[in-house]
Amino acid sequence: MSTKASRFSARLMLAPAVILLLGWMLVPLTLTLIFSFQRFLPLRGGFQGWVGFENYARFVSSSAFWPAIQATVIIVGGVLLITVILGILLAILLDQPMWGQGIVRILVIAPFFVMPTVSGLVWKNMFMDPNNGLLSHLWRYFGADPVIWLSDASMLSIILIVSWQWLPFATLILLTAIQSLDSEQLEAAEMDGAPVLSRFWHIILPHLSRAVTIVILIQTIFLLAIFAEIFVTTQGSFGTRTLTYLIFQRVLESQNVGLGSAGGIYAVILANIFALLLMRIVGKNLDR
Amino acid sequence: MARSVTTQRKTLNTAIAWGIGLVLFFPILWTILTSFKTEAQAIADPPVWFFFDWTLENYRVVQERSNYSRFLWNSIIIAGGSTILGMIIAIPAAWSMAFVPSNRTKDILLWMLSTKMLPAVGVLYPIYLIFIQLGLLDTRIGLTIVLMLINLPIMVWMLYTYFKEIPGEILEAARMDGAGLREEILYVLTPMAIPGIASTVLLNIILAWNEAFWTLNLTAARAAPLTAFIASYSSPEGLFYAKLSAASTMAIAPILILGWFSQKQLVRGLTFGAVK
Repeated sequence: MSTKASRFSARLMLAPAVILLLGWMLVPLTLTLIFSFQRFLPLRGGFQGWVGFENYARFVSSSAFWPAIQATVIIVGGVLLITVILGILLAILLDQPMWGQGIVRILVIAPFFVMPTVSGLVWKNMFMDPNNGLLSHLWRYFGADPVIWLSDASMLSIILIVSWQWLPFATLILLTAIQSLDSEQLEAAEMDGAPVLSRFWHIILPHLSRAVTIVILIQTIFLLAIFAEIFVTTQGSFGTRTLTYLIFQRVLESQNVGLGSAGGIYAVILANIFALLLMRIVGKNLDR
Repeated sequence: MARSVTTQRKTLNTAIAWGIGLVLFFPILWTILTSFKTEAQAIADPPVWFFFDWTLENYRVVQERSNYSRFLWNSIIIAGGSTILGMIIAIPAAWSMAFVPSNRTKDILLWMLSTKMLPAVGVLYPIYLIFIQLGLLDTRIGLTIVLMLINLPIMVWMLYTYFKEIPGEILEAARMDGAGLREEILYVLTPMAIPGIASTVLLNIILAWNEAFWTLNLTAARAAPLTAFIASYSSPEGLFYAKLSAASTMAIAPILILGWFSQKQLVRGLTFGAVK
């Protein structure tokens, strides 16, 4: 049993982390909330009075809002679809006996460690460039006209780049989950003559459901915030302006802080919906 | 009993898995190869694969033209500094929650996790403003603090899940033998906690090194790390593929190697212990 003294010192040791995170959360968020009710243009007259919910209404009714929501949903949804489906297949494959398993794992995981600006620029220039990119060489080799990826197929391009970065994460988590599957159960099913598909459907998939949920929630939170990949490729043009990018442009590029802050509050609310779901799952895990 | 498989099936698995692995790794491999080519070879159609005049010229040019080592140094200071600073704060916090839990420990842990979910863009301007006011814009110390704060929840969580696995009986035995709080931490806990601490450090260096929202928005010329340095290649002049490749290779190589060592920790850290 811990004594009163050790209890007290334990609280003392916890305090710096709690105070710092509390400050990190409350101070900027409060400021954003305050700005969101102001007409505030730092480069054009600064603070120009309180406007109530006008920024909130204007942000939603601006012509850029719905396209931004649409772009966000398509990118997040597309990347989730690709990474979860391919991730499950890849995790099952990597779980099979093979030669050089460790090396294959290293190859598959590598993209996750590439910084977003590098992956954005490497894909943009060395693969998707319509004149000199490797994909354009490939297209010409087969006698086709090269695709101008980042303008004609901009959404697909961004989804491809981001999926390439996040597939390793999904695979790694799903592989970890598969490896915890009781292999005797699978063997029993195999001996009973259950076909591959039915084994997959009735044993593997249910076992993975929790890991899949976690992959979806964590990736959603990160994907809602992707920035650098768009910043170095399309700069938000050709329909790739996501909610995050739109807010960034309002705040830093056009310096309309009031409007951008209202958008920021929307983004916070959106992220919190997924965060709450995630925390319920993680929280259950804490009880054990 | 291991699942028995035919050699034929194993060969098939191997072929498919290696094929997919190489496809996924290809962009990185291609970048590394291109970094050793001349600019003309870099855009050659049909592409040259391995048989070209290998040159280190690009690496020399990148270093000379843009003073690569300064960005590298900034990255090292910011990633390393934020990790060290974070550990100083996270270790006591995680220790306290793991060994002297109260009925509010779970709430505090979940609340910490919730701060990680705050979208950066929602607080971009306030942070920007505070940085200007405090003179922290485009400074390494400012960025170090921000990256420490965004990764602090992950550090606390990872350490907490590791510390939780240290059996409490050992602590009680040490206390019976008259060990004080200091001896307990120094001689009993620290040796058992070192693997967990090392994993946490590794993962956080990787996350901080690759962070590309705050590093792009809060730095300009002086404190810019490698993420921002690479971003400067988004408005190219003339032929630059080989140089872009050289710069990229240098920026990702150290983290790629660290990353391969910390695959397991990645799962643990980024899922907050929910998948093991």
